[in-house]
Amino acid sequence: MIAAFALILVCQLFGEVVSELFDLPVPGPVIGLVLLFFGLLIKRKPPKILTDAADNLLIHFSLLFVPAGVGVVTQIDRLKGDWLPIAAALIISTLLAMVLTALLMSKLLPKQETVEKAEDAQ
Amino acid sequence: MNETDITQLWVYLSTKPLTGLTITLVAYAIGFWLYQKSNRNPLCNPVVIAIALIALVLHLTGTPYAAYFEGAQFVHFLLGPATVALAVPLFRQTATLKRALPVIAFGVLFGSLVASASTVILAWALGASPETLASLAPKSVTTPVAMGIAEEIGGVPALTAVCVIATGIVGATLGPTVMNLARLKDWRARGFAMGVAAHGIGTARAFQVNETAGAFSGLAMGLNTMATALTIPFLWHWMFG
Repeated sequence: MIAAFALILVCQLFGEVVSELFDLPVPGPVIGLVLLFFGLLIKRKPPKILTDAADNLLIHFSLLFVPAGVGVVTQIDRLKGDWLPIAAALIISTLLAMVLTALLMSKLLPKQETVEKAEDAQ
Repeated sequence: MNETDITQLWVYLSTKPLTGLTITLVAYAIGFWLYQKSNRNPLCNPVVIAIALIALVLHLTGTPYAAYFEGAQFVHFLLGPATVALAVPLFRQTATLKRALPVIAFGVLFGSLVASASTVILAWALGASPETLASLAPKSVTTPVAMGIAEEIGGVPALTAVCVIATGIVGATLGPTVMNLARLKDWRARGFAMGVAAHGIGTARAFQVNETAGAFSGLAMGLNTMATALTIPFLWHWMFG
């Protein structure tokens, strides 16, 4: 378990160093993600301790968002000032991106199983 | 113990990192409990409940966010390693990925660009400030990455976190209805679109409805994380640099 966490941290550290060194606008952890992903592709069979460690970190992934989310208390004024563009972007853009992507993929993906009744697809 | 004693006790406790950390875990545990009680209703999002409870406690006790974050930073820190760990579920989708790589890559890039471009154009047209625009742009990717991107392009990470979570909730609650209206019946396409537009919160929802939709959603979310992190900062610097 310690070795697996160490490996994950090494990937992140590598990502942070690369991001800093080459002045990349990409966050360090994302470079770490790519590195680990390619490492797994090369290894083909990931060690169980690594997959266990990753799964444990991700079970309550949403808990990790809480401290940042509480930062909303420092943003009340900005939210009040820009409430209309924020609300419009959140609702319209999200649903637009979702529907257009789904339409594109339903055309491009090779034919397969479909939803029998659209009503069930809540 | 009279009121002054309690106040003094809180003044003492609020300077300890243990307090912020404990409040975070307790609030999330309550949120998660309510989420399960509600039969995993997406409107009872544990993150939203936890944030609301903590914000209320901070407000009632007059505790500044910085003092709370002293303790909460230990949880916050794990976002980095957890983002790296996303490589593992992504790796599990390698077989799917290999079968339709060009289509999937194109779909992710398309969805990523529609999500960020429509967000920036719409918010700009409605008069959002430049900081708000930069904070909103990466709203369709998972929170830690979105916050990292926002920071890179001059946004406010705290505002981004709130917008990302709200995006996930909008996608997970309204998305299926809108896709039904558009007569979209392919589970793979529906799941994929959910992952691209509504990241982890959408993926969690997709898994509850259909296994195939969930797998495609997770795949799209992971790839979109990379696509958006690689494209937005460059596009932003190129356009507004």
